[in-house]
Amino acid sequence: MDVIVWSRIQFAMTAAYHWLFVPLTLGLALVMAVMETIYVIKKDDFWKKTAQFWMKIFAVNFAVGIATGIILEFEFGTNWSNYSWFVGDMFGAPLAIEGILAFFMEATFFAVMFFGWGKVGKRFHLVSTWLTGIGATISAYWILVANGWMQNPVGTTFNPETVRSEMASAAAFWEVISNPVAVSKFFHSITSGWVTGGVFVVGVSCWFLLHKRQQEFARKSILIGSIVGLVGSVAVMLSGDSSGIHAAEFQPMKLAAAEGLEDGGSRAAFTIVPGVKVPGMLSILATHDIDGFVPGINDILKGYTDNDGNVIPSVAEKMQRGRTALDALAAYRTLKDTDPEAAAAARALLDENVQYMGYGHLEKPEDVIPPVGVVFWAFRLMIGLGMLMLLELLVVGWLGWKDKLAGKRWLFFIAIACIPLVYICGQAGWIVAEVGRQPWTIQGLLPVNVAISSLSAGAVKTTFFLFLAIFSLFLIIEIRIMVGAIKKGPETPNE
Amino acid sequence: MAKGLKQSAVAVWHFYRDAFRNMTWGRTLVWLILLKFFILFAILRVFFFKPAMAGLDEAERSRVVGERLVGGSQTETETPVSPSQTYNL
Repeated sequence: MDVIVWSRIQFAMTAAYHWLFVPLTLGLALVMAVMETIYVIKKDDFWKKTAQFWMKIFAVNFAVGIATGIILEFEFGTNWSNYSWFVGDMFGAPLAIEGILAFFMEATFFAVMFFGWGKVGKRFHLVSTWLTGIGATISAYWILVANGWMQNPVGTTFNPETVRSEMASAAAFWEVISNPVAVSKFFHSITSGWVTGGVFVVGVSCWFLLHKRQQEFARKSILIGSIVGLVGSVAVMLSGDSSGIHAAEFQPMKLAAAEGLEDGGSRAAFTIVPGVKVPGMLSILATHDIDGFVPGINDILKGYTDNDGNVIPSVAEKMQRGRTALDALAAYRTLKDTDPEAAAAARALLDENVQYMGYGHLEKPEDVIPPVGVVFWAFRLMIGLGMLMLLELLVVGWLGWKDKLAGKRWLFFIAIACIPLVYICGQAGWIVAEVGRQPWTIQGLLPVNVAISSLSAGAVKTTFFLFLAIFSLFLIIEIRIMVGAIKKGPETPNE
Repeated sequence: MAKGLKQSAVAVWHFYRDAFRNMTWGRTLVWLILLKFFILFAILRVFFFKPAMAGLDEAERSRVVGERLVGGSQTETETPVSPSQTYNL
């Protein structure tokens, strides 16, 4: 394998590892905030003890997850230095805001939440608990603004002087932060965290019921967990629908790969599994119109006319225009100091073709096709497991509501088994999003083979296995501490 | 005003000091976080993740990335190289 593949695998592993902690942080933050709110309203110490138990689990997850995202930034600078430079101006503002918010909001209120029991007023403590979760959520928004821009690079202009995508004005900044891809990605990711939190709380609570321990705590935790999880599930479906529309509009190849759709058309069928199709469903999902045209892989390669009547050029034409853009960039950089007139002409030619600049680096049109099998099956895994989580939360939540959970050992086992499955579901979602946009680091502008630094595969391999060892070690430690905390059960505060 | 600020700072200091002193299982987590920061910043960052364009100023970085953009895709180098070797500076 070459340096690009190793760097991608390393980045994927780091991002996947980071995403083990984030969704539980987001989900548990909501669960414990709801529980503490009930405590403050009802003035019942049972809810205080219950909220404190989940805060303890939150703390373990937070402690092990903290700074795992920083490793991604190390990799940007070392493995993806061309990409880092290219996006530096655009990423600077959102990531700085994320850092400030993450540090000040999460860290400050996290401390009050953990250490403030009995030292600050109940209401101030409750506000701190909510703000810890809100801080984490807002932080995630800024990260997803950056990620959304990579999928749909709006609001920026390529500057051939600096070789960067830059935001030229406050309006451009607004366009970046209100990027529809970022917004739907944010809601999809956050609410999937609520599902993870809900499934986790329900699963752990079922473990207590299975062992006939802390039964009231478990039953009431199941109620809150299943409500949070179900609200999350519905919101995930709504935001997923919005993500599908955006994929169809901005990344049709990703959608075609996720569907394994070679030749598109109107009334396109949705493939549940190979050989089992629902006629017209893909058109509805992708365009909200059963007659909507959904391009397949071959349509995208050859060029097509979209639902708004826009003629989308073939990939070969985009490659040609991309090469024109790159030649114009080279000419501009050579001539800017010696022949301003010729440089201005080159600049005009660059601006005219810059949206296809990345295509100029491709060797053949088929290079724009991502690994279809991976994206196709990851998509089905995500949806299948998502539906299973919804069903599990509905059944356990309903039986818990009706107080009919006693003796349902088979259901407890299923709920416990759903904990790893909800993580697989979330990881599958990111595989669809990130593998599906290959070969691009920035859609249409920068393919991975240009984004990469000048490194040896051996150097990346070394750090890959180093990370694997360190990550595995920390994961084992986290699971051990977390399992220990769970087995101990809800007990004394202020630990 | 200054007195009020001082009192607030002292109160915050006592808040954190007492919190850390009274920790039981939380102490393990704090050590875990410190260990992780040490591994991340003192080992990985220093020895394994040197920024590829460290030492270059902004104009040089623009030139390097510009050359890469117009020069085509990256191919694997035979041996690890320093940024200055990579970019012939």
